[in-house]
Amino acid sequence: MKGGSGAVLNKSMEKNYEGSFHIVGGDFSRAGEASTELKSILQSLGIEKEIVRRASIATFEAEMNIIIYATAGILRYVITPEEIRIIAEDMGPGIEDIELAMQEGYSTAPEWVREMGWGSGMGLPNMKKNSDEFYIDSVVGEGTRVEMVIRRQIFSEGRSNDH
Amino acid sequence: MTIKELVEVLDAEVLTPELSLDLEVKGGYVSDLLSDVMAHAKEGDLWITLQTHLNIVAVASLKSVSGIVVVNNRRPGAETLKKAVEEGIPILTTPHTSFEIAGRLYQFLNAEKV
Ligand SMILES: Nc1ncnc2c1ncn2[C@@H]1O[C@H](COP(=O)(O)OP(=O)(O)OP(=O)(O)O)[C@@H](O)[C@H]1O
Ligand SMILES: [Mg+2]
Repeated sequence: MKGGSGAVLNKSMEKNYEGSFHIVGGDFSRAGEASTELKSILQSLGIEKEIVRRASIATFEAEMNIIIYATAGILRYVITPEEIRIIAEDMGPGIEDIELAMQEGYSTAPEWVREMGWGSGMGLPNMKKNSDEFYIDSVVGEGTRVEMVIRRQIFSEGRSNDH
Repeated sequence: MTIKELVEVLDAEVLTPELSLDLEVKGGYVSDLLSDVMAHAKEGDLWITLQTHLNIVAVASLKSVSGIVVVNNRRPGAETLKKAVEEGIPILTTPHTSFEIAGRLYQFLNAEKV
């Protein structure tokens, strides 16, 4: 992993910040490292709490899906004064029926992954609910790409609540 | 109410003695499904679960819960506890069930409000 800009960040937020994390498929021991680091970057930029919360949930679910289903992936982020954009791209089995995968409760996670408490089929719906824009693209046998935008304006349109 | 004040009430043993227990507990959430916790737990909740593996720490930290109570006498391994200390997430264990712990927590948090 790493490659993230971990350095001290300027709170004035006049420029854009971007970075990326490499995620290794199957490595549950490092699950959440990328999302946790992104969360602290967002916090250090002084971004509003509720926005940080939504970005953290969306990023973590994307990170987990790479770890659970793919061989490897990259999680990229671009932070501008207007938005947080998160792109999760993986090399993996891809998703045959995206509409089905987006349904709450649908999961193909194996039994041992379910025993860990993953595989309730809530990850993709969580990502969608917590972002203002959500795009998913997948090619079976090649991989999956999820792009999410979280707008930083507090009263943005199309914002959905997760309760 | 702080975690420290709840330890006795929950018959809990603190597995992360390195960490302060002065964190304020604002509510509770009971779930063993991690994406469900990601979706519904609130900041300051005490998370009640029977999961013990490493990933509970990342979930707890991202959601800023006040701590984790592991039920049914389960004990997280050294790796999980080490990570919990690093992330500042107190972990307790108790012999009671989730039902019992949620009931006690609910009662105490509500009694405090009166
Ligand atoms: N990156 C991916 N590569 C391949 N398949 C995926 C990927 N992400 C999701 N899927 C498929 O979509 C299904 C639903 O994903 P989702 O994240 O909503 O739930 P889950 O991962 O099964 O469970 P949870 O997220 O609640 O732990 C998965 O079970 C899997 O079949
Ligand atoms: Mg998932």
